[in-house]
Amino acid sequence: MSSSIEVRLNVDFPEFAVNVDLSLPGRGVTALYGHSGSGKTTCLRCIAGLEKASSGFIAINGEVWQDSANGIFVAPHKRSLGYVFQEASLFAHLTVRGNLEFGFKRIAAGERRVNLEQAAALLGIDHLLSRQPDKLSGGERQRVGIARALLTSPRLLLLDEPLAALDAQRKGEILPYLERLHDELDIPMLYVSHSQDEVARLADHLVLLSGGKALASGPIGETLARLDLPLAMGDDAGVVIEGSVSAYDDAYQLVTVRLPYSELTIRVAHAPLGMETPLRFKVQARDVSLSLRADDQSSILNRLPVTVTSEVPADNAAHVLVRLDAAGTPLLARITRYSRDQLQLHPGQQLWAQIKSVALLA
Amino acid sequence: MPLGSADLAAIWLTLKLASLTTVILLIVGTPIALWLAHTRSWLKGPVGAVVALPLVLPPTVIGFYLLLFLGPNGAIGQFTQSIGLGTLTFSFSGLVIGSVLYSMPFVVQPLQNAFVAIGPRPLEVAATLRANPWDTFFAVVLPLARPGLITGAILGFAHTVGEFGVVLMIGGNIPEKTRVVSTQIYNHVESMEYVQAHWLAGSMLVFSFLVLLALYSSGKTKSAWS
Repeated sequence: MSSSIEVRLNVDFPEFAVNVDLSLPGRGVTALYGHSGSGKTTCLRCIAGLEKASSGFIAINGEVWQDSANGIFVAPHKRSLGYVFQEASLFAHLTVRGNLEFGFKRIAAGERRVNLEQAAALLGIDHLLSRQPDKLSGGERQRVGIARALLTSPRLLLLDEPLAALDAQRKGEILPYLERLHDELDIPMLYVSHSQDEVARLADHLVLLSGGKALASGPIGETLARLDLPLAMGDDAGVVIEGSVSAYDDAYQLVTVRLPYSELTIRVAHAPLGMETPLRFKVQARDVSLSLRADDQSSILNRLPVTVTSEVPADNAAHVLVRLDAAGTPLLARITRYSRDQLQLHPGQQLWAQIKSVALLA
Repeated sequence: MPLGSADLAAIWLTLKLASLTTVILLIVGTPIALWLAHTRSWLKGPVGAVVALPLVLPPTVIGFYLLLFLGPNGAIGQFTQSIGLGTLTFSFSGLVIGSVLYSMPFVVQPLQNAFVAIGPRPLEVAATLRANPWDTFFAVVLPLARPGLITGAILGFAHTVGEFGVVLMIGGNIPEKTRVVSTQIYNHVESMEYVQAHWLAGSMLVFSFLVLLALYSSGKTKSAWS
């Protein structure tokens, strides 16, 4: 278990408790998702050592940061981590360059795997280096905050709702940079968020927190499709699928994406993409309808043969939520209870899922 | 020459006293202000109140107790005698001790306000960027508290220049040793030397006005004081 992140925490604050036992992948993006007060920020602060859990064990890819049973608590400044706060929290007395160099100067030269030029280019802040933080936009400040954290070449990058303080436009400005971090750097990230949208775009692994406890922890595609979690209840319910480009239709400007584990494909309108380009997309439960026959006399582009796995009542009496299996890829469909009865749905039944729309995420 | 040599000696002694007091207060006052800004201890109230006492007490009260403590029968006086320093009353060292206590709130409070205004976040950021606590203090806290440091230094200096009661109680009025500008003005008035008194008093007035003008005209330092 050396390539993993082990986090066991017991926090007993007077009006707040967190008890989690997580074993997370040692690479990629893990989202800690939950509503405010669910304990996700507390978890992150404990991992950074900014908060001291009453008892706990924290090990990052084999390096122990806290082990209460053996009296080990590594001070925050001795932990090889990068922390991006909700507000960028740049040092007001330093220029952008001064902020970026702050952590960079404080690590041993041999440990520097990211240099200032690389980080500045990666986050698109090369032209801002001589500015004072108060002369930057909110989005620029946050990008400097992320670059500053990266420049300590951390073994773990912690991001505490880095987009929450920004408006929708600024969020859209930063998300591509976060995706680049994910794709180009081999630094595991823990990403705290209460936005399903950000989680769907960035996360490989999802931890669902509620009331200081972890309700679920697993790969994003699998976890979002679980019917026993409140995630499935919202209007936003849906699954995230990671496929790869298998063909491009120039005449109709459609890209064909092969689903993982199977030869099933779906087609999406998109500019040309190279073969085997990984693509992540979200299929919302409300955009999936069910049909007993393969209805090719329809404008709906994507039809997949699926098997009904299970169903649960949705958040209102008129709908049910059906979990489907498309040759190994889970899907969710939100249909009316009336339709369910008309189709006489039951587990094991084979039918066709019609996907009205697919949202490309990256 | 409107200012006599005794006047010049008094001015020189005043500047020396105020400078030394300010330097000591910045060194001693910074940890106190830092502690007051961050502690959750029950001692915060009592310590804050003690530091602020000179704001409300008549200077003669402070001078009186210092005289007792530093005098030959006082606790500190006995100690300084036992290590061969003699007593500190009616000496320049005694004046410095008195001034440090008397001007303490004028340095500690702007510093404390500045440290409170910085908040915990920059300290946390510094820790996540590998800075140990000392490093954080010099690289982050002090630079961010600069307006408070400047305000504290100016107020501490100016207030020491303006003190009279404490000086008179523990320093006496010894030329070139403990006779500062404020006591020298008092001497002139006692001796009916109104012209000389005017020159010194007027200089003090202009000096104090200029200091406060500089303070209140600078937006940065004002915010740290209020």
